[in-house]
Amino acid sequence: MKLPVYLGLLYKAEGTLAQSFRQVSEGHGHEPDVQFLCQALADQCDQHQQALQPIIERYGEVDDEDEPERLHADGLQNSRSGPVGLLRDLQDLYLLASLVDITWTMIKQAAQGLRDKELLGIVNDCDGQTSTQLKWLQTRMKQAAPQALIAAK
Amino acid sequence: MVDRIAQIWGTRTPFGRGERWPVRVDQVLAQGVAESDVQVWVQSACVLCSNGCGIDIGVRDGVMVGVRGRAADIVNHGRLGPKGLFASWQGVQNKDRLTRPLVRENGELVETDWDTAMERIVSRSRSLLDTKGPLSHGFYTSGQLFLEEYYAQAIVGKAGIGTPHMDGNTRLCTATAAAAMKESFGSDGQPGSYVDIDECDAMFLFGHNMAETQTVLWSRVLDRIAGPDRPRIVCVDPRETEVARHAEVHLPVRPGTNLALMHGLVRELFVNGWIDQDYIDRHTMNVDELRSTVEPWTPEAVADTCGVEAEDVRRAAEIFGTSERVLSTVLQGFYQSSQATAASCAVNNLHLLRGMIGKPGCGILQMNGQPTAQNNRECGADGDLSGFRNWENPDHVQELAELWNVDPAIIPHWAPPTHAMQIFRYVEQGSIEFLWISATNPAVSMPQLPRIRDILASDSLFLVVQDLYLTETAQFADVVLPAAAWGEKTGTFTNVNRTVHLSEKAVEPPGEARSDLRTFLDYSARMGFQQLDGSPLLDWNQPEDAFNAWKECTRGRPCDYTGLTYDKLRGGSGVPWPCNENHPDGTVRLYHDGVFPTDPEYCETYGHDLLTGATVGPEAYKAMNPAGRAIFKTAPYHPAHETPDEEFPLLYTTGRTVYHFHTRTKTGRSPQLNHAARDAWVEMSVKDAESYGVTEGNIVRVESRRGHITAPVRVSDIRDGTIFAPFHYGYWDQDGAQGTSPRAANELTLTEWDPVSKQPVLKNAAVRVTKIAEGTGPSPAPTTTASRPATRGKARRHLLPTAGGPAAQSTERIAPAAAPAVATKEEQP
Repeated sequence: MKLPVYLGLLYKAEGTLAQSFRQVSEGHGHEPDVQFLCQALADQCDQHQQALQPIIERYGEVDDEDEPERLHADGLQNSRSGPVGLLRDLQDLYLLASLVDITWTMIKQAAQGLRDKELLGIVNDCDGQTSTQLKWLQTRMKQAAPQALIAAK
Repeated sequence: MVDRIAQIWGTRTPFGRGERWPVRVDQVLAQGVAESDVQVWVQSACVLCSNGCGIDIGVRDGVMVGVRGRAADIVNHGRLGPKGLFASWQGVQNKDRLTRPLVRENGELVETDWDTAMERIVSRSRSLLDTKGPLSHGFYTSGQLFLEEYYAQAIVGKAGIGTPHMDGNTRLCTATAAAAMKESFGSDGQPGSYVDIDECDAMFLFGHNMAETQTVLWSRVLDRIAGPDRPRIVCVDPRETEVARHAEVHLPVRPGTNLALMHGLVRELFVNGWIDQDYIDRHTMNVDELRSTVEPWTPEAVADTCGVEAEDVRRAAEIFGTSERVLSTVLQGFYQSSQATAASCAVNNLHLLRGMIGKPGCGILQMNGQPTAQNNRECGADGDLSGFRNWENPDHVQELAELWNVDPAIIPHWAPPTHAMQIFRYVEQGSIEFLWISATNPAVSMPQLPRIRDILASDSLFLVVQDLYLTETAQFADVVLPAAAWGEKTGTFTNVNRTVHLSEKAVEPPGEARSDLRTFLDYSARMGFQQLDGSPLLDWNQPEDAFNAWKECTRGRPCDYTGLTYDKLRGGSGVPWPCNENHPDGTVRLYHDGVFPTDPEYCETYGHDLLTGATVGPEAYKAMNPAGRAIFKTAPYHPAHETPDEEFPLLYTTGRTVYHFHTRTKTGRSPQLNHAARDAWVEMSVKDAESYGVTEGNIVRVESRRGHITAPVRVSDIRDGTIFAPFHYGYWDQDGAQGTSPRAANELTLTEWDPVSKQPVLKNAAVRVTKIAEGTGPSPAPTTTASRPATRGKARRHLLPTAGGPAAQSTERIAPAAAPAVATKEEQP
């Protein structure tokens, strides 16, 4: 069974997203909404990891040889500066959050196949938050894009 | 005669539930002027708070010589508050008024004529539009203009220039009221009426120091309290306000924790079955999400987080849950604090759970801070689309394009309107290079003033300021335009409970000062803004032309004005909208039938996630199928982002005093009001004062991560661990600059805003306090209000009570006429 591979992927993707949210929060302190919300959303990712922990223990750790190549995505190492830099950083977060979101969907499919009620409950709680994270990123980018792309110096 | 500085609320006229509030006509005249000297009384309404009291302006020889309340008006039944009595007319008739335009020459502002000033604006505006486009332009307006002026400005901004960067200082005072109503009910629009005070059995005041912010409304409450069947009062406020002193339950919450308290109150309704399941089933949606979100918030959990007694949470909830008719009011304690929209929606949720909305005595009043804030929201000078239209709905954009006869593509609707704090951020980054500020004073009122001053002083910025006086903000301007004041121009405006008033011109403006409407029309004409057929975008000459155009904009919308004319508003009372063919006398309450404007084709918004501000969007909203049901909106509680720590161990909150309005541009020029509260102070509790070795009148330095102020201390009954400072005091009467002893409360506040309403969080920050001098006497804080000396703890030295003396004598005529009936037929059983 390869579910543990995908649980590992999700666990790590949430961690990467949390770290990247924190990176953007620290790098854009002059945009208080970005600064504060990215902190709060990083905390959500931490909670998702905690929620996954008992499931991972139940299904067992992944054997490294089971992982396909290039399974994981890299997080943001540095934040960019300026209005276009903010936009790009938010876009990177959007990509990382999309990976998390679609991975939750895959996990949900497997949980349904396994009739694993505990896991389904966790998916419901966490994936709702991830899709709100995506919606927020989209809302904030749509607000920032015209100014950044047309008027910014 | 009554000293209305000492007797803020005047003489009691008690009445019982369901009776009409008796008339009491308040009047003040300039010294030496007798009533027989007044040649004409000109009809208006007061602009010194958001209450919207009907007022007559007394005129002699072309000069305002006093005011009296209008007995026939349904808002105030003749009464006026101290600010209306003493500042409305004295605040504009002053030697400091701007009488000519000013332009900056070699770094100095010098007088010029209108042509020169306007051409300077137009040439800069045009060259920026040509080279950088509409996103280089921003407008920051007010809650003080008239409806006609906002509508002109909205059209100029949206259909002339095409910029989304428009907002008002209403963002600081009332944005959350609008946001909470949009989220819960689908559109802005006040559900309740002031008449609900006459009809209720219990009143909840959430972060609303009504006694000081809307004194005439509080008089109405005091008269119920003095009557035979007083309503039960619950007060949520960290200070021992006048409201708290009359409350059966006072919940002095730790600033920043409102939502936790609200979750606790909502949970008690569920747990005790104090809900109307039939109403919930028929008229609401998302109740299960609400139930699960509040589940952890037991009274004990609330007590732990909010610093209140668990038993008081239970008592408050019981009063809400078991009273027959409950009225709730909400203001800045919620709107300017953490999670503002979620906490304010929770008030709507309490009422929806009990089905107590739209019925006599069962109202919600999501208050406004300013007299004409409502019109800014309706007209869309705050960035919203005019007539409560939805920027995400292409049909609504098309309606406006047809109304204005312009290409819909010019109307900015591709993203949310840019809120005030973001506009200033774009100025800071240099991408907005043209900013037009009218009738507001961000150099004192916005958070984190050191930053705001830097932004206003940016080299890249061309700043236009339109005002009555050379304010702290105007001193940064490249062009200053002198504006005509209230009483010097004609127009309409609408108060908290949707009551529309006409304010007629009583006297000529000083010098060359012009109405804001005339200035906007002039700008539009000089810029050559056109309709599709080549005719001028704005072809109005008179205020009533603008009003008539506005009526068409509101046809069929929740704020329907089509049944109103200037003539209909003359002579009697103001009229609450909607006023149209179906409601020819206006409408007292909304939603009596439980049908809400949430239909996707009709609603003003598709809503937001309250934790993040993410938009729900049209597809998800339509899939939800609200179908006229109200929506329970909520979010999990999240602690404030700046909380006390070792370095900054105290909480800091800001607010008003009864004697001043905003940055005192008017009230500071009224001798009676200025005398009553002449300078800044900070409040500390008895316990905190003792632990810092501070006593009444000692001078302290209060410091946050962003700046500091120095002020004398008033030891008051504020909750322990919290410092309060009034936000009115700036520097215009201190040589215009902050110097070495800054006193503006916003030197310390934080740049942060609510994710949905975008209202700045002005009411929680972390500070530290240091005593720096003994001082020369007691602090100047008034003794009559929330700032009164502590009654707890050791006996204090005696302070002279705040009084106005001979200059503050006003007349009261009690019951000279029958009380006005509430306008409409629907009041009849």
